[in-house]
Amino acid sequence: MTKLKNFKWKHYINYLAIAIVTIVFGAMSLGSALPFSTVNLLEKIAISIILAVSLSMVVGFLGELSLGHAGFMCVGAYLGGKVSALLEPVLGSEFLTLVIALIVGGLIAAVCGIIIGLPALRLKGDYLAIVTLAFGEIVRTIFMNSSDESFGGSLGLPTPRYDKKYLFIFAFILVLVCLAVIQNLIRSKHGRAITSIRDNEIAARATGINITKYKLIVFTISSLFAGIAGVLYSYSNYTVQSSNFDYNYSIEILVMVVLGGMGNISGSIIAATLITYLDTTLQTVLVGDLAVLQDLFYALILIVLVIYNNAPALSSFRANHNLGVLVARFRKHDPAHRRDDEAKWDRVPTKIEMNEILSVDIQPSTSTMNPDKKEGK
Amino acid sequence: MEFIETLISGLSIGSTYAMIALGYTMVYGIAKMLNFAHGDVIMVGGYMIFVTMTALGNPILGLAAAVIFCMLLGITIEKLAYKPLRGASPLAVLITAIGMSYLLQSTAQIIFGSAPKMVVVADFGNLSFAGLTIPIYTLVTLGCSLVIMVVLSLFVKYTKIGRAMIAVSEDRGAAQLMGINVNGIITITFAIGSALAAFAGFFMLMKSPSLSNTLGAMPGIKAFTAAVIGGIGSIPGAMAGGILMGVVEAISLQIPAIAPYTDAIEFIILIIILLVKPTGILGKVRREKV
Repeated sequence: MTKLKNFKWKHYINYLAIAIVTIVFGAMSLGSALPFSTVNLLEKIAISIILAVSLSMVVGFLGELSLGHAGFMCVGAYLGGKVSALLEPVLGSEFLTLVIALIVGGLIAAVCGIIIGLPALRLKGDYLAIVTLAFGEIVRTIFMNSSDESFGGSLGLPTPRYDKKYLFIFAFILVLVCLAVIQNLIRSKHGRAITSIRDNEIAARATGINITKYKLIVFTISSLFAGIAGVLYSYSNYTVQSSNFDYNYSIEILVMVVLGGMGNISGSIIAATLITYLDTTLQTVLVGDLAVLQDLFYALILIVLVIYNNAPALSSFRANHNLGVLVARFRKHDPAHRRDDEAKWDRVPTKIEMNEILSVDIQPSTSTMNPDKKEGK
Repeated sequence: MEFIETLISGLSIGSTYAMIALGYTMVYGIAKMLNFAHGDVIMVGGYMIFVTMTALGNPILGLAAAVIFCMLLGITIEKLAYKPLRGASPLAVLITAIGMSYLLQSTAQIIFGSAPKMVVVADFGNLSFAGLTIPIYTLVTLGCSLVIMVVLSLFVKYTKIGRAMIAVSEDRGAAQLMGINVNGIITITFAIGSALAAFAGFFMLMKSPSLSNTLGAMPGIKAFTAAVIGGIGSIPGAMAGGILMGVVEAISLQIPAIAPYTDAIEFIILIIILLVKPTGILGKVRREKV
């Protein structure tokens, strides 16, 4: 019974929600065939959730920015699609082919993640953003100019089909796998190491955390799932076009993460569902030049939400006007109510204050001997 | 002979990249942020040239209007989007900058439509001597950007504002204690960077007259790569990186086997340089302090 003491609904709510959706729609699909558009939408939502949750791990928990998530997805889509096209006639089993394609696509994307992450993650600063951006462009250029026999070139790579009745169920099961891996990682001791890197890299290093190793692990897992999402994409769309995996697609995934709240997996799931749904419905409404309104909307989401959530000037406003306070007010009918054991977050020293308090040189050198002449040349 | 032509064309593309890279590197050095929207300021400059030229018909007036408008735009972006986030995490600033880049692109598309506009700023023709055929615009671009870079270097080195910029980039806190108006310096930096972007937009229209809302996107990313290759935060580094990128691009475009992969090659150079010398060619190693 002691184990159940730690049981919290919020840890399992994501699995539960996804499982219910899968069972309900799965039953509907098996009973009476769902319309093609619904099945397609469900597949897209599952893909978006995998992408958003895996990017959320990098952006929200590790605190690094990846702008090449679509690039890793592209690698997965092309290689997974190619593998399945080659294996399908040999194996004869659709399911087995799909599983092998997912493994191959995911693993190759993960290897790309290691190759890209190694130079970029050793460095402090925004290098990962630059390198992943470059990676997305490299991948796109290479697949676009590939020969027709290898990856279809500019025409795109045709991929084998899978029964639409079951594909989305399979996709949602993969969402559950992805959630299980990422949520358990984040809640483990390693997860706390990861968030400590985000909050204060130097302090994390001082406590003995191997920063590069953790960064690389997180980034590799994230690219693995991006690759898996890519394989699902290739199955869902029949052909893989490299032009679909452009910079804008990476930004769209980033919008999902930011809209859902950085470092909030449930939020990412909801935002991914919402944005994918909006995307498909608006596709028919906003045609031609009107389609740009959607980009404008994304841009405003990024700017307004990030400034609202991060501006130092708004910190006291945020402390009094967030969802938690709203819920507490609703529950207790007492606006000033605060539990006694609740931490007062406005009292916790911020990063800048910490920097001022600990203004010591970490690298021992001759100049530290004399603190008055720290910057002496 | 062909090689010299390629080299000159590469130098001309490279000097355009260098102009854009200067904007990135100066803002990075002083505000410690990657201004992702910088590439799109080029595009706004291009549209400003287009608007002025349709109204008045003079490319020089168009350039002047573009420079002034881009400076104002740069200052506005800085005040509205980046200043509220000073002191927040670098990730937040980076995401806002990406949002800003997206906002500029989509706004331009709403105003001007998605169909590319043709803007013929100037047609100089070709110069032929000693067996060489060189388009004159490449020489104009090269000459103008050299002058601008020299002026900028002198400005940073010898004027009061320029020295204040160096001070802020070295140590913001100490600069503030010395009585430097840090916010003012950051604003000036954004203004200078955006003015350079307007010039780059003019040079790019001189090269190919097609203007669309993604004009600045790819050159922006490449110039940014150039700035990182040269060592982000270093002004001579941005110039060197830009020129290197331009020459590599021109040479690679001349070889049919690798021409389609030109973009990929440039980015692979970036990854290799980060692997071998992470601070870039001319970047400084900064000591990290708690």
